Amino acid sequence: MEKRSLICIGCPMGCLLTVEQENGEIINVSGNTCPKGAEYAQKELTNPTRIVTTTVKVENGKIAVVSVKTGRDIPKEKISSCVEALKNITVKAPIIIGDIIIKNVVGTGVDIIATKNVEKQE
Amino acid sequence: MNNYDIVIIGGGPAGLAAAVSAKNRGIERVLILERERELGGILNQCIHNGFGLHTFKEELTGPEYAQRFINQVHELKIEYKLSTMVMNITREKKVTVINREEGLFEIEAKAVILAMGCRERARGALNIPGYRPAGIFSAGTAQRLVNIEGYLPGREVAILGSGDIGLIMARRMTLEGASVKVVAELMPYSGGLNRNIVQCLDDYDIPLKLSHTVIDIKGRERIEGIILAKVDNLGKPIRGTEEEYACDTLLLSVGLIPENELSGGIGIDMNSITLGPNVNESFETTVEGVFACGNVLHVHDLVDFVSEEAMVTGRSAADYVLSGLQKPTVFNNNIEVIAVGEVRYTIPVKLNANRMEDILTVRFRVGKVIKNQFISVYFDEKRVIHQKRLIMVPSEMENIKLSKSKLKEYPKLKHIIVKIEEE
Repeated sequence: MEKRSLICIGCPMGCLLTVEQENGEIINVSGNTCPKGAEYAQKELTNPTRIVTTTVKVENGKIAVVSVKTGRDIPKEKISSCVEALKNITVKAPIIIGDIIIKNVVGTGVDIIATKNVEKQE
Repeated sequence: MNNYDIVIIGGGPAGLAAAVSAKNRGIERVLILERERELGGILNQCIHNGFGLHTFKEELTGPEYAQRFINQVHELKIEYKLSTMVMNITREKKVTVINREEGLFEIEAKAVILAMGCRERARGALNIPGYRPAGIFSAGTAQRLVNIEGYLPGREVAILGSGDIGLIMARRMTLEGASVKVVAELMPYSGGLNRNIVQCLDDYDIPLKLSHTVIDIKGRERIEGIILAKVDNLGKPIRGTEEEYACDTLLLSVGLIPENELSGGIGIDMNSITLGPNVNESFETTVEGVFACGNVLHVHDLVDFVSEEAMVTGRSAADYVLSGLQKPTVFNNNIEVIAVGEVRYTIPVKLNANRMEDILTVRFRVGKVIKNQFISVYFDEKRVIHQKRLIMVPSEMENIKLSKSKLKEYPKLKHIIVKIEEE
């Protein structure tokens, strides 16, 4: 049996959860004050995901970079390859919120979309 | 024509929401004055997500949240001036303004809404010994450099203060290729949300050292390192606990201060806890026709609540103008709202039941971490609200709601007392 501890992010309480796992299966969660804690532990230990936000270089825009995000959460272990994939690309202004910057980033099936309007530099 | 019904100082989340709600209430001439090149304020550099859950029932990034309001400003044809700085306001509501195109000029307003936001506490406020080398930034300055200007301010980073901006920047700098060595926090608890500690520090194995502070800064031209030490419960460094961290950058995330130079200049009564103006139920300051909302009033942790507060302010300012600048009953025969004990302050501090909307949200912060206690509200001696909270923390703003109909049952009411009770 394997024991892991993590802090619940459900509310400011920040319960210290202790999770007991056997062969990857969660057999018990303790330390939580409410059901949210058990749900969080389940998700965080079996399939942790995050929405990733970063910036991409802009050519010919009023500002130098445009902010972007993953259209939905991606597996946590893909964060660094996702950010890496965005490092060497440049997009041309104008850009509108919701524009797709990269389709299916690092094979996640999730698109990178712009979160800011960037006008063309006159 | 330099006459407006309502002039709003600041085009960030507070100013935008106030403008939209004033215009929707029927005010023709609303003007927003913004010193930056674009509307949206600090949201433009807050590219992380988590904004808008209350307002739009979805999680947006800062720029997306701002754009929702900017779109409304455009649809409603609300006027605004960018790259425009307000130099002065008078009690008669003459606003002195400067920009590159029009030079120095005056605008006359029937009502003014202060929405200037806040700024970061700087190194000078901390008394850290050592030289003054390059490489020391406030977390917000670094955020602007990375997210808007496209520069990485350093590669080996230490962060003092565990406010949310510091935590967010720890992750941001890491994603941009910097190595974040440590986040140090003077207090025994973090000033940021658990979610940010987990997703910005733990995810990237960045250590958070509670009850630690920077006691020395190394380097003359550029910062070369810091000395961290553990502090005792009075905040004094403990000898023998010093540790050196090599770094080329130190970010400070040590608190925000409402930006009130303009408010002070017209003699508005200020609150010594919030460092913002004292306001009544209409968000009107002690100078008639001058209103305040958002971070210039008190520092918020959620932009959704800024928007909510600013919408009420916009409506109140509109009603003031529409009623023909009717002399309000400000601070006369009003009910005083009093914060007691661990309730550090309340917004508002006065209220007039006749002028309030059907529901008034009273916002406040507590002074320490409090578990399993009650928020109680007394109408003079009578307890009328008694709500249990599992936890209250200084970093999250609390609120209680007062209803107009309930207040009408107490026509002789003098004091509303907000306090925390064990039972």
